[in-house]
Amino acid sequence: MAPLLEVRDLTVTFDTEDGLVQAVDRVSYTVESGKALGIVGESGSGKSVSSLTVMGLTRFFRNAQISGEVLFEGRDLLKASDDEIRDLRGNKISMIFQDPLSSLHPFYKIGDQLVEAIRAHRDVSRAQALDRSVEMLGLVGIPEPRRRVDSYPHEFSGGMRQRVMIAMGLINDPKLLIADEPTTALDVTVQAQILDLIERLQHELETAIVLITHDLGVVAEVTDEIAVMYAGRVVERGAKDAIFAAPRHPYTWGLLRSIPRLDQARGDELLPIPGRPPSLINRPHGCAFHPRCPYVQPDHMRVVPSLQPLPDDAAHEVACLLAEPQRVALWDALKAGATPEEAREQAGVTSAGAPVVAEGGQAG
Amino acid sequence: MLAFIIRRVLWMVVLLIIISFITFVIFSVLPSANPVLLRAGRNASPELVRSITKTLGLDKPWYVQYGKYMQHLVLHFDFGYSYQNNISVRQEIFSRMPATATLAFGAMIIWLLIGIPVGIFSAVRRGTWADKTAMGTALVFISAPVYWLGLVSLYLFSKDIGVFPIFDGQGTYPTSGNIFTEPVAVIQSLILPWLVLAASFAAIYARFLRGNLTEVLGEDYIRTARSKGLGERRVVYKHGVRSAITPIVTILGLDLGILLGGAILTETVFNIPGIGRLAFDSIQKSDLPVVQGTVLIGAFFIIFLNLIVDVAYAFLDPRVRY
Repeated sequence: MAPLLEVRDLTVTFDTEDGLVQAVDRVSYTVESGKALGIVGESGSGKSVSSLTVMGLTRFFRNAQISGEVLFEGRDLLKASDDEIRDLRGNKISMIFQDPLSSLHPFYKIGDQLVEAIRAHRDVSRAQALDRSVEMLGLVGIPEPRRRVDSYPHEFSGGMRQRVMIAMGLINDPKLLIADEPTTALDVTVQAQILDLIERLQHELETAIVLITHDLGVVAEVTDEIAVMYAGRVVERGAKDAIFAAPRHPYTWGLLRSIPRLDQARGDELLPIPGRPPSLINRPHGCAFHPRCPYVQPDHMRVVPSLQPLPDDAAHEVACLLAEPQRVALWDALKAGATPEEAREQAGVTSAGAPVVAEGGQAG
Repeated sequence: MLAFIIRRVLWMVVLLIIISFITFVIFSVLPSANPVLLRAGRNASPELVRSITKTLGLDKPWYVQYGKYMQHLVLHFDFGYSYQNNISVRQEIFSRMPATATLAFGAMIIWLLIGIPVGIFSAVRRGTWADKTAMGTALVFISAPVYWLGLVSLYLFSKDIGVFPIFDGQGTYPTSGNIFTEPVAVIQSLILPWLVLAASFAAIYARFLRGNLTEVLGEDYIRTARSKGLGERRVVYKHGVRSAITPIVTILGLDLGILLGGAILTETVFNIPGIGRLAFDSIQKSDLPVVQGTVLIGAFFIIFLNLIVDVAYAFLDPRVRY
């Protein structure tokens, strides 16, 4: 069976005053019906832009140049007319956003905004739509939904507003829900509640989910598969368990080692990834991660790595120029608590002497 | 809400008292001409001057004069009498109010009908040639002083001196009549003044709305509206314009308040017998009671319409509560 969503070689470039910003560069991923994919990366890695493009929302940026294929149920959405994609939006594909405080219209009642979402796609009466809205608000855990439909967004807390956004996203029984950093703006306890809610609803309603986040802890809870993005490209992709148990890209290692874990010894330091994400206008030559990579070799600054399946797991792909045995050795050392320098020594990877470039971008 | 309105009305009274006091002091302490001579004429005898000074109460210290003025104003709603021709100021203002109000409201309708659609159009099509042309034209009208625009329009279009004699020129406003008694004559005589007065406002509103709407269309809730699958028309009007137009109400209240106190330049250029013309004439003649009256009526409208705007906001924006 064909996957629900298949993104192939998606490239999105913005023509800005400073130059061409290559926000998304030949990104491919698939989402199966009813499954959850996590897209992980730092800000500026292209994760949001790729999803906005799936929704057809980058069409509203006049300076966006888009190429590739976005196949939804076998149909290429990039070739769809504005009306066709509008008909899918909020209907078969819906999206919730990072900041629930500003994502609802301040002047309209919650109920009216939900009713509008239904009536954009369904030919039902206002009363029926309102009943459905009340039902959805109840489903996402808003107490007294019958009364709260008459509230305005500013009368809700941030967590409640995100619940409303989720209700709005799911109100037309979409096949696919794209959640763009749905918990980032919320405080930690509320984050957990919202993630639980998304996970529960995904199973109850059998909606496929694309969860975009910078937080590996978030994807660990909800998703089946993970795609790690860096500088507009997918650098590693695979089943969640594979990514957590045997990550193969130095950037993923960095991400994993920068999140706190309960099983870590108290004194262990969290290790930030040195440097900053590269400029998308003057992208580093070769592997885009090389200015920040502790294991960089001279040819990594020239050769652009492509996603290659691992020899022992074809579903697990990585775009790294290190040889597989080296990657395995490095990760084993890191997992045992070694610093990158020690890991390099233990794995027999020579130091290319490449400095960590703080500003990124110009090196290579 | 009621408490808020009562508090604001009390403040309004306080403000009007302060304004009347300041106007009075400026005119009494720094008179621009001797009002007695205005009444007495050029070669008046000293006795006549003395007697008029006494009649007008100008022999008393200024604070006594002010006290008396306020006493009459508060107890009898009496604005005093013109130094020049002894006409009741209240009567004078009331008889000139219709002309000013007709000018102001008519112009407002025109500038809203032009400014709002142009602003929306430009915001939606921002960056295109149509937008640039519209905004460039707007800039011209904002920069053009209203008296210059008035004189040019008279020169071009008025029936008496115009190159293209299409509209009634200056001084054609019916002397005894208003929009209700002589609608045709009033409308004909006001077409040019309406357009001239509305021009700069339409331009300002168009640019203001364009800026607001451009900003609003970048808001997260607009992205939400689009991601719901709403049509672009609905996104722009129901979600965008609804937010962007709210601040327009604020400046509309202020502008209308100012104009109801008299569009001095427009009324003078077109010789319309309104409050503005009255204010202009009375300032030239140092006719303090009339100046005082027009200042107070102008201040009243500005403060009052501000109150209306604040109350309207509570209905326009659910986040605003008093």
